[in-house]
Amino acid sequence: MEIFGVPHQALLGQLLLGLVNGSFYAMLSLGLAVIFGLLNIINFAHGAMYMMGAYAAWMLLEYFQIGYWWSLLLAPLSVGAFGILIERVLMKWIYRLDHLYGLLLTFGLSLILEGIYRDQFGVSGQPYQVPELLRGATDLGFMRLPNYRAWVVLVSLIVCLGTWYVIERTRLGANLRAGTENPQLVQAFGVNVPLMVTLTFAFGVGLAGLAGVLAAPLYQINPLMGSNLIITVFAVVVIGGMGSILGSIVTGIGLGLIEGLTKVFWSEASSTVVFVIMAIVLLVRPAGLFGREK
Amino acid sequence: MNSSINAGGSAGEFLRVTDLHAFYGESHILHGVDFEVRRGEVVTLLGRNGAGRTTTLKSIMGMVGRRTGSIMLNGNETIAMATHRIAHLGVGYCPEERGIFSSLSTEENLMLPPVVRSGGMSVAELYEMFPNLSERRTSQGTRLSGGEQQMLAVARILRTGAQLLLLDEISEGLAPVIVQALARMIQLLKQKGYTIIMVEQNFRFAAPLADRFYVMEHGRMVQGFAANELSSKMGMLHEYLGI
Repeated sequence: MEIFGVPHQALLGQLLLGLVNGSFYAMLSLGLAVIFGLLNIINFAHGAMYMMGAYAAWMLLEYFQIGYWWSLLLAPLSVGAFGILIERVLMKWIYRLDHLYGLLLTFGLSLILEGIYRDQFGVSGQPYQVPELLRGATDLGFMRLPNYRAWVVLVSLIVCLGTWYVIERTRLGANLRAGTENPQLVQAFGVNVPLMVTLTFAFGVGLAGLAGVLAAPLYQINPLMGSNLIITVFAVVVIGGMGSILGSIVTGIGLGLIEGLTKVFWSEASSTVVFVIMAIVLLVRPAGLFGREK
Repeated sequence: MNSSINAGGSAGEFLRVTDLHAFYGESHILHGVDFEVRRGEVVTLLGRNGAGRTTTLKSIMGMVGRRTGSIMLNGNETIAMATHRIAHLGVGYCPEERGIFSSLSTEENLMLPPVVRSGGMSVAELYEMFPNLSERRTSQGTRLSGGEQQMLAVARILRTGAQLLLLDEISEGLAPVIVQALARMIQLLKQKGYTIIMVEQNFRFAAPLADRFYVMEHGRMVQGFAANELSSKMGMLHEYLGI
């Protein structure tokens, strides 16, 4: 069977790859959106946190023989704990300043982190095995679905929708939304806003750490894996609308799929298409598809 | 953390502000403010725009850049305390711009401030007192009318058990019928034993409600007098406020 002259297997295969990439975009841009919303900081170190998550999984296995499943929990926690340290030591000094300073600080931080990992582990990259339970593929009749990829998409969807639910539908989330609008007043009501800010940052970078663990068996673990991805993720954030939770999820997955489709029909353009869309969206809706004009 | 700690102050004193200076960055807004508020009192701060009344309320909450002097709240020195801890001493703050959150529904706005002590009004009681809010509980907070938003801004601090209410210009920009409803509400809160500090531009609204008045000018308290002295002070008020 062919669709527009393309064998349907190739099309579905690329769509699946797109969906997997989109899952990573969604998880990373979601973390960025949550952090930007409350901290007003564009976390350029997000890619480095993703890389640290992947390395944490690798190190847990290499040095402590702790496997994938525990890493899924421990790596995000360790990245989150590192996030707490950065927020308490560095970031809290720049909240009153312009966005630009946060961007510069986190950009510098990501260079330092990548440098340290490069120095320690080299640039050639480390392999990480797909856990036994998720090896192989399932024959769906019309295509073969690699189990691990399905797992990544599933976890990402659960995590993204869970985060959306907590933020939009619970009291904890109401505190967070209110804190995004007017942190001073929320604090005047008796909410410990500085603590909330720290934990939100930890959660956002923990999400990047989780994405890193999920990515470890799929891609080479190397110190630059984050910076390669983060540029696209920033484009996703801009298209979705800075700080929009739903926007980052929908746009992340949507753009992954569009990239996948572009690979089928015009593969040369596949790495550019996201940025073309970004330019168009910025011209038509400067606040992004789901963003609110200020 | 209850009234038994109050041993330091005179009986029934809830708030004592001494030599309070407040700064926003380089600008020095309050220049040594002194006043006190007793338990169960309604006190109104009068003064022209820019006299420092809103800054006085914000200073009590710790919401200014820097402050020096002393603010004793319920027997606790709060001058160096973080804002959220001050709220937990039983203070509810209603800002001039009302501070209704647009990303929260009416009910979420109502439920937002955490309970700081026992004895606050229940949601059911509040909906009975403000039936409009009950009808529109699922609406976006900022879709409410100005009057409803003001009701919501006050209602949400009544839920928390706060005993001292700081109300900044609650009658501002509202229709006379709403202002009358607010006046009845203040009377009711007074009967319930709340201690209230109001900043008011609307003298006719504030005059019948307050037990005592303070007049501010250039970041200082220039006059303080009780309600029964009001008629003899009108000349002075004309001079300070142009009313």
